[in-house]
Amino acid sequence: MTDARTIRLDSRRWLHLVDRARAFLFGSRSRRGIVLSLTLYALLIAIGFVYLYPLLFMFVTSIKSPSDLLNPMVQWVPNEIYIGNYVKAFRVLNYPASLANSIFASVAPSLLQTATASLIGYGLARYRFPGRRIIMLLILATFIIPPQNTVIPQMLTYRNLGLLGNPLALILPASLGQGLKSAIFILIFYQTFLSLPKVLEEAARLDGASDLRIFLSIAMPSALPAYIIAFIFSVVWYWNETFLMVVFLEGGVQTLPLQLSKFAQAYENLYPPGTVNIFDRLNEAVKMSGTFLNILPLLVLYFVLQKWFVESIERTGIAGE
Amino acid sequence: MNRHPSSASRLSLRAREALHGYGFALPWLVGFALFTLLPLVETLRYSLHRVTVTVTGIRLDFVEWANYTRALFTDPAFVELLIGYAVETLIAVPIVLIFSMIIALFLNVNFKLKGVFRTIFFLPVVITSGPVIRELAEQGATSAPGIANVPAVADFLAQLPSALRNPLEYVLTSFILILWFSGVQILIYLASLQKIDRSIYEAAAIDGASAWETYWKITLPSLATATLVNAVYTIITLSHFSENRVIKYIYNQTYAVQGGIGYASAMAFVYFAAMAALLVIVYLFLMLWARRGSR
Repeated sequence: MTDARTIRLDSRRWLHLVDRARAFLFGSRSRRGIVLSLTLYALLIAIGFVYLYPLLFMFVTSIKSPSDLLNPMVQWVPNEIYIGNYVKAFRVLNYPASLANSIFASVAPSLLQTATASLIGYGLARYRFPGRRIIMLLILATFIIPPQNTVIPQMLTYRNLGLLGNPLALILPASLGQGLKSAIFILIFYQTFLSLPKVLEEAARLDGASDLRIFLSIAMPSALPAYIIAFIFSVVWYWNETFLMVVFLEGGVQTLPLQLSKFAQAYENLYPPGTVNIFDRLNEAVKMSGTFLNILPLLVLYFVLQKWFVESIERTGIAGE
Repeated sequence: MNRHPSSASRLSLRAREALHGYGFALPWLVGFALFTLLPLVETLRYSLHRVTVTVTGIRLDFVEWANYTRALFTDPAFVELLIGYAVETLIAVPIVLIFSMIIALFLNVNFKLKGVFRTIFFLPVVITSGPVIRELAEQGATSAPGIANVPAVADFLAQLPSALRNPLEYVLTSFILILWFSGVQILIYLASLQKIDRSIYEAAAIDGASAWETYWKITLPSLATATLVNAVYTIITLSHFSENRVIKYIYNQTYAVQGGIGYASAMAFVYFAAMAALLVIVYLFLMLWARRGSR
């Protein structure tokens, strides 16, 4: 009697345990099990590693001393942290000046591009007028046209005007809505202003405010997240753009990516190959230091603002409908 | 006369609205004419001429279609580069789409450290500039570790014609780079995932649909628009990227003695046409797929 009872009890408890174990491992209706969670994390970590591999490689290589570079035993963990590469790359890139140039050459067009894009996006979202659809189509077309198809006449015109090598060559198109990826920013503002309620603007209109006044004092402040995200993206894209920079700024302003693109040559000017000892020759560690110095300002910007990067774009609706 | 005062004022109101609309769009219209339309027409004109830049200005000699025929039939490098570009793009687009969709699906699930992974996957959006990529690629840091060195893969590649081999090699050696072009696409998928109505999933769960079925019947069709946007965006970013070999070739020819501005302009238009053709192909393909999926 008692034996059978304990056995039944045991089996019930056992079944209950199995159920709980199953829920723990594979999840139930309400929560995810540990197997799924672990798989998720494993996948994300693996993909994340492949994704970050170039950056990790770059950073590790950049702190290798010349002897570590030659040592086949040293793969991922250098024997010492060697900052000599950074000292050299800093000089070769002419860092402080190039950094200042990069900041100016990307911030100035971005400010104007954001301002114009918002004006245009507002006009398209809030007013009905003939030709609106055609303008929208043409805006999309400007996104598709490769820069190669318009850059040569622009360059020749700038040359005649003496603007080649002058940041104005970048600022002028940006201030008229023809900057780098302007179409995307116009669309972001178009979507944003479409989704903002009109009530406040109508109230202001009844009070006799002018259209421009309404835009400046009501529409603009309520679209602040769109302004911030557009400005940040604009700065980043201008910063990274080399084709237009090479064509328009050659011989004038030297940005960081431009300096990096002729790193080897600049290095040999500073450290002529015949005069330095073998350890001071250009090697991949110095190159990687230069590359790292190049992206460092953007990394700092990104880590300070990364919440904005991800969250506000979900709110501004870049995906479109 | 004053029986319909409202109709007159309504008309003027509409005219006023249109006027203000044009006012806001005016900067763009001026900019489009000056910095896009005019240069585009100029480039088209250059492409039909031999262009010589002199100290006093530029000289144009009309050569009809010679620049185009040279690009398409005599230039040994250009057509091959163009085919390579088309194949590379057609391979890269699905990789980017699938990868960014998977990452977006992951990031849409709630789990700890989500913020950290988000930060990682959007990072390349910020740092992908031509020279940085070139330096990383030269050090071999952009290839998926080891794939191209597997003997079987190398043997297989060696048997292919070069127009096919080069793009495949490119995909293998720049696999990480292709993934790096997925940042904005992940964002677009995420935004679109978060717009899907939760109640549809609850209804499906009550009807006994598995996660697998829910994905194919609800999630994927809801992402059709985002997929289209992403495909177009990917093609354009890849095509405009300054390390793109066709673009580098065109740029070098602009300043070459043998090439010149006229020849480069013609190649720019051929390239534009190829890119437009790719856009149309991918667009039509995805439209067909979306229509079949919605049935």
